[in-house]
Amino acid sequence: MSLLALDAKGGGVVAAALAIGAWVAKFVAVVLVIATFNFVLVHAAPGDPAQVIAGQSGASDEKLLAQLREEYGLDKPYIVQLGTYLKRIVTLDLGYSYRQQRPVRALLAERLPATLLLTGTAFLTALFLGIVLGTLAGVRAGKWSDTALTIVSLFLYAMPVFWLGLMLVLLFSVRLDWLPAFGYVTIGVQMTPLQRIGDIGAHLILPAISLAAVYLAIYARLMRSSVIEVTHQDFIKTARAKGLKQGRIIARHILRNAILPVVTVAGMQAGALVGGAVVIETVFAWPGLGRLTYDAVLQRDYPVLLGIFLVMSVIVIVLNLVTDAIYRLIDPRVSLRAAS
Amino acid sequence: MNRREFAKLSLMTGVMAGSGIPLGLKRAAGQTRGGTLNTIIQPEPPILVTALNQQQPTLTLGGKIYESLLRYDFNLKPMPGLAQSWEVSPDGLTYTFKLFPNITFHDGTPLTADDVIFSTTKMLMETHARARGTFARAESATAPDPLTVVFKLKAPFAPFLGAFDCTTAPIVPKHIYDGTDYRKNPANAQAIGCGPFKLKEWVRGSHVHLVKHEGYYRKGEPYLDEIIYRVIPDAASRSVALEQGTVQLTQWSDVESFDVQRLAKLPNLDMTTKGYEFFAPHQWLELNNRIAPMNDKRFRQAVMYAIDRKAMLARVYFGLGKIATGPISSKTRFYEKDVKQYEYSLDKAKALLDEMGLKPGADGKRVTIPYLVPPYGEIYQRSAEFLRQSLGRVGIDLQLQGIDMAGWAEKCSNWDFSMTMNLVYQFGDPALGVSRTYISSNIRKGILFSNTAGYSNPDVDRLFEEAAVATSDAKRQEHYSAVQKLVVEDVPVVWLLEQDYPNFIDKKLKNVITTAIGVHETFGTVSLG
Repeated sequence: MSLLALDAKGGGVVAAALAIGAWVAKFVAVVLVIATFNFVLVHAAPGDPAQVIAGQSGASDEKLLAQLREEYGLDKPYIVQLGTYLKRIVTLDLGYSYRQQRPVRALLAERLPATLLLTGTAFLTALFLGIVLGTLAGVRAGKWSDTALTIVSLFLYAMPVFWLGLMLVLLFSVRLDWLPAFGYVTIGVQMTPLQRIGDIGAHLILPAISLAAVYLAIYARLMRSSVIEVTHQDFIKTARAKGLKQGRIIARHILRNAILPVVTVAGMQAGALVGGAVVIETVFAWPGLGRLTYDAVLQRDYPVLLGIFLVMSVIVIVLNLVTDAIYRLIDPRVSLRAAS
Repeated sequence: MNRREFAKLSLMTGVMAGSGIPLGLKRAAGQTRGGTLNTIIQPEPPILVTALNQQQPTLTLGGKIYESLLRYDFNLKPMPGLAQSWEVSPDGLTYTFKLFPNITFHDGTPLTADDVIFSTTKMLMETHARARGTFARAESATAPDPLTVVFKLKAPFAPFLGAFDCTTAPIVPKHIYDGTDYRKNPANAQAIGCGPFKLKEWVRGSHVHLVKHEGYYRKGEPYLDEIIYRVIPDAASRSVALEQGTVQLTQWSDVESFDVQRLAKLPNLDMTTKGYEFFAPHQWLELNNRIAPMNDKRFRQAVMYAIDRKAMLARVYFGLGKIATGPISSKTRFYEKDVKQYEYSLDKAKALLDEMGLKPGADGKRVTIPYLVPPYGEIYQRSAEFLRQSLGRVGIDLQLQGIDMAGWAEKCSNWDFSMTMNLVYQFGDPALGVSRTYISSNIRKGILFSNTAGYSNPDVDRLFEEAAVATSDAKRQEHYSAVQKLVVEDVPVVWLLEQDYPNFIDKKLKNVITTAIGVHETFGTVSLG
């Protein structure tokens, strides 16, 4: 769904303001619908956080459960809880996690940088390398280098991500002792800011590679087939007939057209990436959002879970916008005004 | 130092309950000072105040921050904690504790009898289910002077002296909590106790950093400067951390059972399963006694005969444990081994099932029963598969159903299950951790670890009650032996194993596991060499 497909005809400031207003209204409506949906889904599962805590404490009684439920605000009817929750969202208040004894916003703010660093690095690496390698393979379709690349990318695509992570740890941490096996930064050591950056960088390498591998394979395969498809189109033949050089044809004609499907898929995946690094964050004890989400699901930490869902849905909406804008840059035929 | 040396040294230095702190012991052991202990905490605790949350990771970490009046040796005999001595009146109604002088909280405030009284009679009564059960039996708690606490009980309750470990009765500062909303008190983030270590920093999702409490009341303790608890969610990564020496200690389920034998061979590590005597985790197959065919004693006995528990221990638990013979663990006081024995016998199982009229159908199945797989890790999944195979051989067809933690707790506590597995702690005394599973008065819907099987037997109720209030150990043993014989005959739940947990300890470390609560202890005497 493209949120930019507004029926704002005509020009002028008023129209623009109307368009923006309409877009904001749409945005808020979508977020509220998502929030309600999340709330219902999360509360539909059997059991609640009080039960989880009781289950992990080895002993329990009525008083404990009643206290916990009151504390979590679970003693009120669902509809009241939902109302309170939606009211809070509108005022940008994400609530309080009693389980972790912290405001949800603080929890998210703590975890978001680590996740963005990891997924951002992995995503951009995968995108760049995937496009480059996919183009090379597509241009040399059928040659041995293409075959080799196809085999490697299939291999990467099929490999379970946790297994790749563990193998990398075995090789680079346990055997060679070059890189740290897990964590975000070395604990309990005084460092200058520059040393700290280097240290985080060293910790980042293995998880980022593991996470990038699968996406790299996807983008490379997609780019390859897209390049092959474009190469056989008439306008490329025309360009060749005009006597343009191969390099120029690839850069100006093939790439610009072939990259569109990759942008589409990457745009959709970028949103999932924010929360989708659960496995890698678990394997590498990386203190990110993915693990926070996973723990929140297990512990039924409703405020945290809903907060994460909300932030992620907002991120996805924003990323959709960004994807549309990139489309516009690559392909001028795509208009932001007309429904695409 | 191995156990034998420890025992010898203990004899040499004359360590006896109430004689104070065995200072000679440490010099004899020649320990070094300072350094950092790195270990693992998994899963990450929600908060560190053990008075407010009793999940296992909270207790492991909080044991360094909060202390209680007593400690318990491997045989669950009391030793001095914050209390240097104690007396019990002959009628079993009055307990008098003398505190050590110069105990201070991490904020510098002295700890007095008032803090002990506030903790046990007010805050824990409000927040700690297990402590509530014990301290509800006290009629009054008074302080004749700042270093003396006197508890008067309404009626004799023999295990009262067993409830003063740091997981059951952590002492909290009255001046911080009195009159506040305990769970919402902002001081919870600081976790102020009087243990040898205090909280320096907690980076969520990454680590908890504890440092030495300079004003600790035991001279020369703690030996370590700091302890770092790292959050490492992945089991394979935890094993790597241990192999690489990134961490020097693991506990509970940090290491998966299938990895234990491999790591135990590493030259830099010692492995021990000691230090869980107080909890004595008892693993059983829980049967809902309310519904057919589980409501028939013969069926329950048949299940007991049909499971090859030796094989289960060896194949699923990799030998980490012991076969359970009845409701009380052999690690807990008043264990009786002379009860009805259920050897592995498919024939006996089939005979019992035939006798009750559960005949196999054309497909060989006598009955199909849904089985809830507890969501607490790989081992429960494997156990479920093992049980399914075992019971399948006598025509009992288990249908495995996966579920998450909240769902399991919900279904189990609301009696919405037929069969599942349950792991329950015994807390050192049958009156604290065992009777709750079998007495009729504890059949309470919605409450986990109550009598969820729904077993009810007036004789069993009576014996458990009499054993709890008897003042002499001989009398208690008599009642507990009788009740064990009765319950084992009835098989309300199918006892499988007394589960052991491995502690991996770097050979450099000294004095890590010294009491029945093992890794939950204060670590004041732990040192790096």
